Amino acid sequence: MERELKYIDMVEQPISMHPKKFALWLFMVTVVMVFAGLTSAYIVRQSEGNWLEYELPNIFWATTGMVVLSSIALHWAYYSAKKDNLINLKVGMILTVLLGIGFLVGQWYSWVALVDEQVFFVGNPSGSFLYVFTGLHGAHLISGVIFLIIVLISTFRLKVHSRAMDTMEMATTYWHFLGGLWIYLFMFLLLNH
Amino acid sequence: MATASAAHHDTAHDHHDHEHHDNFITKYIFSQDHKMIGKQFLVTGIFWALIGGFLSVLFRLQLGFPDLSLEFLRPLLGGWIDETGKLDPTFYLALVTMHGTIMVFFVLTAGLSGTFSNFLIPLQIGARDMASGFMNMLSYWFFFISGVIMFISLFIKTGPAGGGWVIYPPLSALEQAIPGSGLGMTLWLVAMVFFIASSLMGGINYITTIINLRTKGMSFSRLPLTIWAFFLTAVIGLLSFPVLFGAALLLVFDRSFGTSFYLSDIYIAGEALPNTGGSPVLFQHLFWFLGHPEVYIVLLPALGITSEVIATNSRKPIFGYKAMIISMLGITILSFIVWAHHMFVSGMNPFLGSIFMFLTLIIAVPSAVKVFNYLTTLWRGNLVFTPAMLFSIGLVSFFISGGLTGIFLGNSAIDIQLHDTYFVVAHFHLVMGSASFFGMVAGVYHWFPKMFGRMMDAKLGYVHFWLTFIGVYLVFFPMHYIGIAGFPRRYYNWTNFAFTDMYTDLNMFVSAAAIITFASQFIFLFNFFYSMFRGRKATQNPWRSNTLEWTTPVEPGHGNWPGEIPTVYRWPYDYSKPGAADDFIPQTVPLSQTPESNLPHEQEMVKLELEIMKEEAEVLVANESKH
Repeated sequence: MERELKYIDMVEQPISMHPKKFALWLFMVTVVMVFAGLTSAYIVRQSEGNWLEYELPNIFWATTGMVVLSSIALHWAYYSAKKDNLINLKVGMILTVLLGIGFLVGQWYSWVALVDEQVFFVGNPSGSFLYVFTGLHGAHLISGVIFLIIVLISTFRLKVHSRAMDTMEMATTYWHFLGGLWIYLFMFLLLNH
Repeated sequence: MATASAAHHDTAHDHHDHEHHDNFITKYIFSQDHKMIGKQFLVTGIFWALIGGFLSVLFRLQLGFPDLSLEFLRPLLGGWIDETGKLDPTFYLALVTMHGTIMVFFVLTAGLSGTFSNFLIPLQIGARDMASGFMNMLSYWFFFISGVIMFISLFIKTGPAGGGWVIYPPLSALEQAIPGSGLGMTLWLVAMVFFIASSLMGGINYITTIINLRTKGMSFSRLPLTIWAFFLTAVIGLLSFPVLFGAALLLVFDRSFGTSFYLSDIYIAGEALPNTGGSPVLFQHLFWFLGHPEVYIVLLPALGITSEVIATNSRKPIFGYKAMIISMLGITILSFIVWAHHMFVSGMNPFLGSIFMFLTLIIAVPSAVKVFNYLTTLWRGNLVFTPAMLFSIGLVSFFISGGLTGIFLGNSAIDIQLHDTYFVVAHFHLVMGSASFFGMVAGVYHWFPKMFGRMMDAKLGYVHFWLTFIGVYLVFFPMHYIGIAGFPRRYYNWTNFAFTDMYTDLNMFVSAAAIITFASQFIFLFNFFYSMFRGRKATQNPWRSNTLEWTTPVEPGHGNWPGEIPTVYRWPYDYSKPGAADDFIPQTVPLSQTPESNLPHEQEMVKLELEIMKEEAEVLVANESKH
């Protein structure tokens, strides 16, 4: 038996994943590396002194809440799709998209709050970094919202159900990742500003 | 869902049996076939190599013959030649910058990885095509757009980027600094954004394909070393290019939006700039976090190609297959934690410098293991000196001679003396530039029959090899002496320094050798294009090699194998196996067919192999009858 297992291990088709899902994971790795690079740059620059101190806008707490809620809503939609509960799926997807757009609007108001605090994009790098983090994350989030809207349209065309879950799964993965990325950035800023 | 069906390519339903009707545009321009995309990368890479090489000839003329009138270049360079027939000094800076950028990124990254990863991965792992043909096509066209933008920047009025290929701010960030930091730098950055996107799309595809689309039996321990090298190269690119993107993004903000990430306390003509609080060293950290792994992005594919070519043409299994893989893994990991050895003179903490020095010197270990394995593979082999083999041996030679100076430069105490001298130029042109270039050329000679169904002319190949091999040493070896003597790089001329007088002849010699070496590349060029149409027709397996690509038809069509994809039963290096009738056993030959040469543990597997093959045959028959 053991011998057989060894043989099968060598000759069977190697473990393989849906290529598009796999490529999505690799894409997320590149996004992680961009932000790992930028947040490291933040720490290196901060340790050199001449660093403007300011309060983080409070609206970040609200947007963080929204992004968490949107992930919960999306996961509910995902389970509904798995169970072919198409009404809940649509409700969940619409909720997610709305919360996603709400998050983006909230991030925009965080910039307004920063300007009110006299922290500008042009000036001490400590402020510029915050704009770059939120802006670049926002750009990725816009891509996520577009992806969600595409999935939402296909739910209305009845193309998402328990036997056609690939795009739904990818959208869920990507959206959770973007939410997690924001939580990382927010925690990072809370600890290092 | 082409990719989904490609994933299940060896199920009974096989969509590739249908005849494909390609018109000129889908076949040669917007092709999604990995072989055509590989060839597109190759031809584009050759085009850029010619431009990059030509730029180096221009600045070598200036360096070797500082008093020469370059009036004869006026039809080409126009205003960059001044009234006295001299090369414009700022254009000289642009020449070295563009030479570096073009050679590192466009030739040795896109031209090398792009060509051979695309061409060989599906053929050697037994896949119909890449995981996503469309993304693969996009990868090429992003590279093409990037090239067009970079090419345009060569012709603008203020000249292309001139701050060195490392584009350190503040030089690159301030338009007032040099003419090249104006529009030329902007175009450089835009071109690099497209280039990064292209590399990432390519890399994602390579990794996905290698992990998910291997044929039956092709376990990781049976992959040819080329595939291992392409895989690890793609991993390095995937992890390091995003950081360059981050660095470039901040530089764009500094240049165009007035932020101060890299700029602080700068006075120009007595006027203080508003920027405050930035750190130029921060850019160096971010840049070299890509910049150092980039060296291995360039080199690893060449090493992989060499492994394959040397094993095939020594008619011997590669020595230390696992050691090769572990060395490449070691190089991959180490490449990310040594970047600051490029910054020993940036004022870094000497203790931190020692840590980076220590880590840098560790890279010598896996590199030496690889060299040892190449030499032991060659040792007492039945060497077949094809042009590809000669170029591979040339690579090993450069890897040794250039690698040794790496040990010098890795020591911060010596590096502080030799930093930014011609010693460094000699070092990296041998170990990274010439070695990778030789790997690329070896690959072209070796896989030309698979690409175009014809053979390249071997005699011209020999002439090309000897001229290039000797030429490269004549160009770069004297640079060590010039560097130790204290010649700084990127200087327009040295006539102001008395100590340089005694090296005038040596510089002239280097320039003459560079021109001859460049000229001899046209032998290759002629051979390449002539053989494409008029070369001797290739046989199916001209080098008597083991890997899967030689089991395809001479000119593989779309989908690579006309019928089923072959199953793999053994590793790719069964050359001169004791007892075997031939001196090579392709990967597709089952162990049960070679009882005379099986090793004891392989003999044990034969019975199981037969059982499983029988079951498979039954499944196949059952599937056939369903249709």
